[in-house]
Amino acid sequence: MTDAVQAPARVALVGNPNSGKTALFNALTGARQKVANYAGVTVERKEGVLTTPGGRTMHIIDLPGTYSLRARSPDEAVTRDAVLGRLEGEPEPDVLVAVADATNLRLVLRLILELKQVGRPFVLALNMYDIAQRQGLRIDLEGLSRELGAPVVTTVATRKRGIDDLVAAADALVIKHEGHASVWHEPSAAEIRAAHGEAQRIMRTYVKPAERPDTFTGKVDGVLLHPAAGLLILGVVLFLMFQAVFTWATPAADGIEAGFKALGELVAGVTPDGLIRSLIVDGLIAGVGSVVVFLPQILILFFFIILLEDSGYLARAAFLLDRIMGFAGLHGRAFIPLLSSVACAIPGVMATRVIEQKHDRLTTIMTAPLMTCSARIPVYALIIAALIPNEKVWGWVSLQGLVMFGLYAIGIVSALLVSFVIQRLFWRRHSEPFLMELPAYKTPDPGGVLLQLWQRAGIFINRAGRIILPLMVLVWVLSTFPYPPEGATGPAIDYSFAGMIGHAIEPLFAPIGFNWQMCIALIPGMAAREVAVAALGTVYAVGDIEGSGLAALEGIVGSQWSLATGLSFLAWYVYAPQCVATLGVVKRETNSWFWPAVMFVYMVTLAYGASFLTFNVAKAMGWG
Amino acid sequence: MSNADLDAGTPLSLASVGLSGVIVRVDGTRAPGMLEPEELERRLLEMGFVEGARVRVLHQGLLGGDPIAVKVDDMRVALRRSEARAIEVNFD
Repeated sequence: MTDAVQAPARVALVGNPNSGKTALFNALTGARQKVANYAGVTVERKEGVLTTPGGRTMHIIDLPGTYSLRARSPDEAVTRDAVLGRLEGEPEPDVLVAVADATNLRLVLRLILELKQVGRPFVLALNMYDIAQRQGLRIDLEGLSRELGAPVVTTVATRKRGIDDLVAAADALVIKHEGHASVWHEPSAAEIRAAHGEAQRIMRTYVKPAERPDTFTGKVDGVLLHPAAGLLILGVVLFLMFQAVFTWATPAADGIEAGFKALGELVAGVTPDGLIRSLIVDGLIAGVGSVVVFLPQILILFFFIILLEDSGYLARAAFLLDRIMGFAGLHGRAFIPLLSSVACAIPGVMATRVIEQKHDRLTTIMTAPLMTCSARIPVYALIIAALIPNEKVWGWVSLQGLVMFGLYAIGIVSALLVSFVIQRLFWRRHSEPFLMELPAYKTPDPGGVLLQLWQRAGIFINRAGRIILPLMVLVWVLSTFPYPPEGATGPAIDYSFAGMIGHAIEPLFAPIGFNWQMCIALIPGMAAREVAVAALGTVYAVGDIEGSGLAALEGIVGSQWSLATGLSFLAWYVYAPQCVATLGVVKRETNSWFWPAVMFVYMVTLAYGASFLTFNVAKAMGWG
Repeated sequence: MSNADLDAGTPLSLASVGLSGVIVRVDGTRAPGMLEPEELERRLLEMGFVEGARVRVLHQGLLGGDPIAVKVDDMRVALRRSEARAIEVNFD
């Protein structure tokens, strides 16, 4: 064989959503895959590599699922442009693999008729063929292949069946090297109708309908989509999920915290006292640690979301919640990013990619940070423990717990109200039509779940790390320089830039009841919300915040702050954009500084307004 | 299709759970919203709502019976009643 014959080839997977395309991609490439972004757009690009028995290297690209080459979302635009070879920096694929759910062929046949117009050689992979056989569905493979003018192979991606045949078929097409110039154009409604007629004819000729169609999905939906019981079950599922996120993650988070502390001490032991040590220990290690500590929570959350998604339940959740989200002008799918934001707004903002329409996506990004993320918990816990009496109301409800719950509820209601204002008043628009397939229920494939979890964790660490590291250094610089003068008595931070800014903004914050210590704590608190607790510890000089310091700090806050000031601080933390990492992620996901700027301004305005109102109402109630 | 056109169907948006029938017309102008009628029509067609397809209303949401889950031939699709106005069905 000559070199030309064994030259590397590019193979792109195209298919409807829920066709098992990603499972097939995993079966083809194993763990040899890379997840990145397409240049200039925030659409995930998955590429893997395999070597054929003949020694050819095949680059496999998993394109976003679509029902049509007519693009309705950024994801689908990537699929269209990749198939047509229009993507910048991406050579056109040599061969396309049309991936079809063998039990649900009608819509994909119409997509294949569109693919034929593109002129690239393609092979049809009838995936989930075992389920089709079990249902007694009979497909005339030879006839179908003749009709479509393309090889047809049957696969069961989750059991790695038919993969060799698929590779061989794709390889044969690469060698044949046929194809014609694209005659594809965006079809009109009439052309889609005509293509449906053609697909219908092909179905009738080559596919005998299932003798034992799936009744399982229908039965399960009878319960899970029941108007009342379905919502109740969804509530229980979400409740259990959060229990898991907060309880299972605690040991791991404690371990990570201890690990970073030990690492800090280790480094402190071997570096000379001074700037470098402070930068590494207080700036980098402590800063990165304060974000990585959320990794266990985020992983558990992702684990549940992947499980719900792969089983088909997430589409049902969107169905059940669509009307409620619709009041706020949001799409049912916006529920996933908002849910993720309860752990941390960073994965929440990243998860808005599932929303097709640009405006809906932007609205969800803008409101996600209002959901109560777990970084707010240490701040809430400190203020509540210090200022809210540990009493029972109505005999059995803890007042402290009630306040905590109230803060979560305010976050959710605020997110919905803000999106209502943006969508209905600001953009004067209704949300995109809700038109979504409810796929048949499936048992998630454990290997696939683990692979996805691994990839998403990698993305989180990578992105968070790149954004957070420079910001941590900035906050460290602000809190460290300049040094206190000789013989200074107050805490060092008081003399730093952070201290100066804190004192400078104090008059601005006096109307909402903040003292200068709180103003200073806000500056390092920009790095991550919970850092404000440690910063308060520093300004009040209570010593080790991990140990006895926290109790001491609670005592100081309890005795020196009025209840009105404490409540005002809580109101501030509900709304304020106290997290530069989130702003950084928003910049990345929207590709502009405009949206993070808008987010910062609107959140600060809301925070100031809410705190002002809270402080003055509380004073009027005699809590000043 | 010309025969079906003469058959005035009932909008799918008015159907209650359990009703089934055959789609006789998909017409985006019947459901004015944020999408152009042609665009809505194409999206509905792409999801399988095409003249001649069998539909059955399977489920509906709690508030206002919205959205609805519909079986279109062998596939389950969720949509809001406001868009379902564009789909006219000859119910059995």
